[in-house]
Amino acid sequence: MPSALPDGEPVPADGALPASALAGAADRPLGFYLHVPYCATRCGYCDFNTYTATELRGTGGVLASRDNYAETLIDEIRLARKVLGDDPRPVRTVFVGGGTPTLLAAGDLVRMLGAIREEFGLAADAEVTTEANPESVDPAYLAALREGGFNRISFGMQSARQHVLKVLDRTHTPGRPEACVAEARAAGFEHVNLDLIYGTPGESDADWRASLDAAVGAGPDHVSAYALIVEEGTQLARRIRRGEVPMTDDDVHADRYLIAEEMLSAAGFHWYEVSNWATSDAGRCLHNELYWRGADWWGAGPGAHSHVGGVRWWNVKHPGAYAAALAGGRSPGAGREILSDEDRRVERVLLELRLAEGVPLSLLRPEGLKAARRALDEGLLAGGPYGEGRAALTLRGRLLADAVVRDLVD
Amino acid sequence: MPATPNNVPEPSRTDPALIRNFCIIAHIDHGKSTLADRMLQLTGVVEQRQMRAQYLDRMDIERERGITIKSQAVRLPWAPTHDKGNTHILNMIDTPGHVDFTYEVSRSLAACEGTILLVDAAQGIEAQTLANLYLAMENDLTIIPVLNKIDLPAAQPEKFAEELANLVGCEPDDVLKVSAKTGLGVEALLDRVVEEIPAPVGVKDAPARAMIFDSVYDSYRGVVTYVRVVDGQLNKRERIRMMSTGATHELLEIGTNSPEMLPADGLGVGEVGYLITGVKDVRQSKVGDTVTTQQKGAEEPLGGYKDPKPMVFSGLYPLDGSDYPELREALDKLQLNDAALVYEPETSAALGFGFRVGFLGLLHLDVIRERLEREFGLALIATAPNVVYRVIMEDGTEHTVTNPSEFPEGKIHEVYEPVVRATILAPSEFIGAIMELCQARRGTLLGMDYLSEDRVEIRYTLPLAEIVFDFFDQLKSKTRGYASLDYEPTGEQSSSLVKVDILLHGDKVDAFSAITHKDQAYAYGVRLVAKLKELIPRQNFEVPVQAAIGSRVIARETIRAIRKDVLAKCYGGDISRKRKLLEKQKEGKKRMKMVGSVEVPQEAFIAVLSSDDSAGTGKGKK
Repeated sequence: MPSALPDGEPVPADGALPASALAGAADRPLGFYLHVPYCATRCGYCDFNTYTATELRGTGGVLASRDNYAETLIDEIRLARKVLGDDPRPVRTVFVGGGTPTLLAAGDLVRMLGAIREEFGLAADAEVTTEANPESVDPAYLAALREGGFNRISFGMQSARQHVLKVLDRTHTPGRPEACVAEARAAGFEHVNLDLIYGTPGESDADWRASLDAAVGAGPDHVSAYALIVEEGTQLARRIRRGEVPMTDDDVHADRYLIAEEMLSAAGFHWYEVSNWATSDAGRCLHNELYWRGADWWGAGPGAHSHVGGVRWWNVKHPGAYAAALAGGRSPGAGREILSDEDRRVERVLLELRLAEGVPLSLLRPEGLKAARRALDEGLLAGGPYGEGRAALTLRGRLLADAVVRDLVD
Repeated sequence: MPATPNNVPEPSRTDPALIRNFCIIAHIDHGKSTLADRMLQLTGVVEQRQMRAQYLDRMDIERERGITIKSQAVRLPWAPTHDKGNTHILNMIDTPGHVDFTYEVSRSLAACEGTILLVDAAQGIEAQTLANLYLAMENDLTIIPVLNKIDLPAAQPEKFAEELANLVGCEPDDVLKVSAKTGLGVEALLDRVVEEIPAPVGVKDAPARAMIFDSVYDSYRGVVTYVRVVDGQLNKRERIRMMSTGATHELLEIGTNSPEMLPADGLGVGEVGYLITGVKDVRQSKVGDTVTTQQKGAEEPLGGYKDPKPMVFSGLYPLDGSDYPELREALDKLQLNDAALVYEPETSAALGFGFRVGFLGLLHLDVIRERLEREFGLALIATAPNVVYRVIMEDGTEHTVTNPSEFPEGKIHEVYEPVVRATILAPSEFIGAIMELCQARRGTLLGMDYLSEDRVEIRYTLPLAEIVFDFFDQLKSKTRGYASLDYEPTGEQSSSLVKVDILLHGDKVDAFSAITHKDQAYAYGVRLVAKLKELIPRQNFEVPVQAAIGSRVIARETIRAIRKDVLAKCYGGDISRKRKLLEKQKEGKKRMKMVGSVEVPQEAFIAVLSSDDSAGTGKGKK
């Protein structure tokens, strides 16, 4: 069961944005997220909006299939062009995620990117990423993507240990993701990421070290390491509730995080966001930074979220309903919220505090400043940046980021 | 069909020989209000169609709990069955039915010459009833024993008639058997009242002296004072004087209740009625005080007046600190009608601004707290109830401690705590369990008597502190609900008492300080510390939870520091969710109370302080 959408007000049928959303847009980068809601199998821990059926029927008999999915999504890109009107910005980042984007033919992904290029233009140094399943790519596929304009690729490695992959329902064989990195490099990808998950039931510290070893050994320039979150409604949550697998203790998560920090720094990676490390500034994921720095992005696809100038909206989740809306010439938007100034300030604090650069103290109100001082005294905020007017987390602070945010937004 | 008899004597002109002043002593649920209702009907003062169940109990909470807090007096005309031409005036004085109101009961009894002892024929006499019966006997009241609910299948009239006869000192045949519900036997009972209860005796030409036996605040009329005239006469529009304070008031209205207020010219010897003077606060018209006239008034008050003395204290704090002014206003309002309610502002480091409130006892506390919550819509935290301690220091100075956190530091010579004489009635099979409980609560056995073959009366001296928390609950659970309890303060005793403080991260939590016997301090400390460890969420730092006597730590637990409080992922689609979650968490944080640097959920305070919590059961009491 995919995660629930937030509550919000309805989106106009034509998807029109309030004028305020587009004011000052030229100063903000614009990105595109393209969602591919298909997977070969559903992993037990996953709560993303994804489906294993290849054909899903929408209202009015509209067929949303894997085969015509690219065309449907391109319809939304064209809608985006209309909604954003004469916004002159070229697109700075494109990120194809899922689901499993590489279940689609490489040509589909390239065609979707082509539509963005056609409608908006791509910036000269645009970052174009796709997520990829290690088992669904080969050198030819990677070459086709590179050829079509993709320059960054992110592989879902999760773990180097078979027994851990099994709990996660991942079907790839250990070693395959590392091989993918080499194949991607060979195909000419400048930037390669490996996604890792720690704290899976049954994983030991040694397993986690082995995964980190394997990951850095493969030579990516970016590693994302996420604590496993057991989301309500997932198969894994049910298995834990039934006592079939043990729940991982928060203290274990903390230990694993510290191991990640230790091993990744030793391998030349620097953290730049709570769960993300890169070997250089150029290796950072610019697209994710758009999310974290309040830039504009259009999320196309079922259940995808967008943000433009303080308006957040989200699409209907079901691929059938999504296809039906676009086939009928309507926005697939299911709901939206228009952020108040205070909402935007709070979002900035909660997002930017997760970044290595931290959040400017000037964003805090008097109570928040007092809290920042306390956090500094408790060793949760770093002294150097604080002296320069920024609240930036220490290593211990990173593990308690949500608690710090709760105080800083006062 | 009953009707008001002819030739009904008027107030102020009623021959004392025709007056009968009586009350009804009964346990909760034994049918006192139903009997009173039936009497109102039979004497014709309330028409059938006006009747609603329990006419005399006005407050909702009283009605719900089936208890009577405020008494009233009703003037009933009754022509005895064998003397129809000779209409008598029966003043029925309603008495409070609970242990906390012993003094008020004693004043109601003092206004009467006789009492109906009403007992449920299926249950027999209960401890509180017995206590009030003894009180009536001490006042030399004529007692008419009555078994009620004889129409119930479970009734055992023979068995309980014997029990009553033993207690009152009469023959079982003298015990009247009625059903207040159906009205069976009630006329005969009214006749018995006329026959057996003596007429009041007073000096008609003496200066007026009337005893206040109740005082009720009415939002339209101000304070309504109920009196029984002993000597002389009170007349309308006179100026009267309250003898305990010397305050004088104009008598705006004088009258009787039938059962609604009915103005009259005055009240003469032996009569019972009400006075209205325009005062707005029952403390200006105190139960037990003597009313006389300003001109040519009496010199000597009637005996027996006492200032109400709070026995049990509790801190009341609004859950939401901004409700403090509302709480003050609500207490002010309740005090208008409750001379026994005392309070003063108090500040707790843990709970913020509130009041230390003194009560006559536990029921009084419960009723007040419930009224504050229900009638005034206040959400409250109440600290565990405690008694008043007298602490003598080695240098001879003396402290009165009504709040455990104010227990003095330094060299203490002696500590005195109030003790009560407790009377417990129960089936004899529970003697062992009851004695075990009382011994564990530092009780001293005074004596034991069999009321009948299988029912006993057990008397103990117990520290009041041992009773105020959950003694009654424990007693009920150990006796499957069969035991009943009454107690009355009998003085104080010197005891080995210590204050146990609870420290969170080194800071004393004043709301959790407790005074316990030294033998129970360790158990109390261990239990509370374990409880708090369970209830307080992990913080950003390690939090030691300690129990200490002075500087000596007697129990310790540690709440480990939280090491991880961060959601790993934060994609574009997570942001709205994350912000909303944050808003929710902020709301949750508002319900936290800061103790030093430690965030303590209000639930933790409530769980630890509330009497139904396991931290509160067992022996070591606050």
